[in-house]
Amino acid sequence: MNELWAFLSDFTIRNVVLGALLLGLTSGVLGSFAVLRQQSLLGDALSHAALPGVALGFLISGSRQLLPILVGALISGAVAALLITLLIKRSRIKTDAALGSVLSIFFALGLVLLTYIGNQNNAGQAGLESFLFGQAASIVPSDILVMSVVSAIAFTVLLLFWKEFKVVTFDPGFASSLGFPVLALELVLTILVAFAIVIGLQLVGVVLMAALLIAPAAAARQWVKKLEHMILLAAFFGALSGITGALISSTARGLATGPLIVIAASLIVVVSLLFAPGRGMIWSALRARKTSRVLQAQQVLADLYKIAESHNQPVYPIEAGMIRSYYGFNASHKLGELEQQGLIIPAQHMQEEGKHWQLTSKGYQEAKDILSNLGKHY
Amino acid sequence: MDWLINPDVVIILVGTLVGIASTLLGTFLVLRKSSMLADAISHSILLGIILVYLLTKNQFSPFFVVGAATAGVATVALTELLANSKRVKNDAAIGLVYPLLFAIAVLLINLFARNVHIDTDAVLLGSIELSWLDTVSVFGIEIARSVLSMSLVTAVNLLFVIFFYKELKLSTFDPGLATALGFSPVVLYYLLLSLSSITAVTAFDSVGAVLLVAFMIVPPTAAYLLTDKLWKMLIYGVLIAIASSLLGYLTAFGLDVSIGGMMVCFSGLFLLLAFLFGPRYGLIAQEIRRATQRSENAERMLLVHLYNHENDHEAQEENAVEALQTHLQWREALIRDIVMRSLNQNLIHKDTNSRLFLTDKGRVLAQEVLEPWRLVTN
Repeated sequence: MNELWAFLSDFTIRNVVLGALLLGLTSGVLGSFAVLRQQSLLGDALSHAALPGVALGFLISGSRQLLPILVGALISGAVAALLITLLIKRSRIKTDAALGSVLSIFFALGLVLLTYIGNQNNAGQAGLESFLFGQAASIVPSDILVMSVVSAIAFTVLLLFWKEFKVVTFDPGFASSLGFPVLALELVLTILVAFAIVIGLQLVGVVLMAALLIAPAAAARQWVKKLEHMILLAAFFGALSGITGALISSTARGLATGPLIVIAASLIVVVSLLFAPGRGMIWSALRARKTSRVLQAQQVLADLYKIAESHNQPVYPIEAGMIRSYYGFNASHKLGELEQQGLIIPAQHMQEEGKHWQLTSKGYQEAKDILSNLGKHY
Repeated sequence: MDWLINPDVVIILVGTLVGIASTLLGTFLVLRKSSMLADAISHSILLGIILVYLLTKNQFSPFFVVGAATAGVATVALTELLANSKRVKNDAAIGLVYPLLFAIAVLLINLFARNVHIDTDAVLLGSIELSWLDTVSVFGIEIARSVLSMSLVTAVNLLFVIFFYKELKLSTFDPGLATALGFSPVVLYYLLLSLSSITAVTAFDSVGAVLLVAFMIVPPTAAYLLTDKLWKMLIYGVLIAIASSLLGYLTAFGLDVSIGGMMVCFSGLFLLLAFLFGPRYGLIAQEIRRATQRSENAERMLLVHLYNHENDHEAQEENAVEALQTHLQWREALIRDIVMRSLNQNLIHKDTNSRLFLTDKGRVLAQEVLEPWRLVTN
């Protein structure tokens, strides 16, 4: 326990954990809106598009301080978002091509600027490459302060316009009929995504930041239905994967932080997809199996009923072999189930013949109900 | 044949070949609205590359092609599987799958392949600058390895597009009809994706993952704004790719910055030019068309107005220019403009009291607007 405490109070580790916590909370919350608005890949585009801003912020301030770099990243992200919107709205270019083009062109521009900075032979530029994949160890307390302010701004805006954002996310048409400035609200939500991205620059890097916006939100969506719950859960998942990845990265030497955080988040997604109550794939597979068994048993029961009816005898004993020849070897399984439910009972027709089955009065009524229910639908 | 290993020639050749090979395939991705798959594939083939490297410990294994193609196809298959489960939307599925595969690949590099040819920066950025260093001898002629491999890939892609042109065209624009005619668009689609992955792995050394997206998507997107014909789109795209490589190299050489990045910046510039000045779908052409339509509509409105009042007792009042201001609520500048236009086209004439009257030609046009069915009998 003492060891753990010593580990957590380590200067670097504490910064890293705080940073990862902030990042996870912010990207989980803002990512929820992006995923629900089906703009998951916008986060991908904006995070790549932050690169020229990072380089410009460095060029103008001349140092590796976080604030100018974040401002630069924010501005180039916003410009990219505007360009994407312009390309989609004012030309016949489709969303996917607009995203892919702006993403890669901005990244190339950032690359050109980074090599330009490299040529200036500036000692401070060495750390800039860490913005590609993230380097948790490079975080200092002043960075944490900047990150807290950025996420505080994002959360304040979100709370102030909570109702509006909610309506715009689920029903933009209704929002505009209420007189909300839909376009402006959508733009604000997009720019808030850029806020989350700049927080993640140092920890995750521009390349994998998209995953951290999408994965916690997509995982949270599997467990809950209400927006408020989804956002809280996504924030928790984001923080969990952020802290896990950052801790592993800062204890094991030379492992980039971004990939570790992304893998942690992806694991949460896999677990959620499989096991979330209700939506989980495991449960729905089990449900489907159960339904098909019930339907098959009902079919056998209905057939027994029809045979009995055609003999004008509700308790007509039917030979087990005949049922099996019709339904195959599964038949005895289904018959056993029906017997358990008290719908049929074994019967003896004549001494020298084999096993027979006949409907109980409960089974007779049940089969009648099943068939008459079917009749209602056909 | 010394010019074949001249650094300038090699770099330009590699850039051009990567541009041509990627554009040929990217055109179909853009038209299928799956541009972002280029992003996904070019990132996740890294996993294929690193796995093959770890298994063979050979930098030039022919299995790289197999590994990359498998990884590319697996990415798309996984994405579709996830989207078809209806638990996440298609865009989120792309954003979940490829970052995970890419993150695993980066982690594997960090763990097992540090300090070898594949380092993480090279993965993202590529180093076309160094492509001339590595040469091989073919039939006694010395040639850069990347020129050789890119020529092969370009030839394969070109043959693919030429041989399957008809099939590609049909399955891109009307997959339903393609299926009905008895060939499978799905098979062709996966063939396209495999070739894209192979192109990506071959171009990886030179341009890296993110720039490759630009080489695949940006020239076809620009070409899409210039033409409606598929073969023209292919040719324009290829021309844009070649021009970007040339101009990009020359500029980057002058400024001493990233060559690959500069090539992409130029294709971005071409996209911007096409967006603004494209002959039919460009922003300016659209604006001009809209303005023309507006004044044509206004002109017709004026003719109909005059026609309606031609024989009634208010004609004196309605035919005055001032009436247009009060009755049609037109601004003075618009009135002047439209009246001038109509006078010039000989649709109306003006008497000495500045009253407006329809000419015969104008009356025919007004009738055409109001009662188009009458034209049939004439």
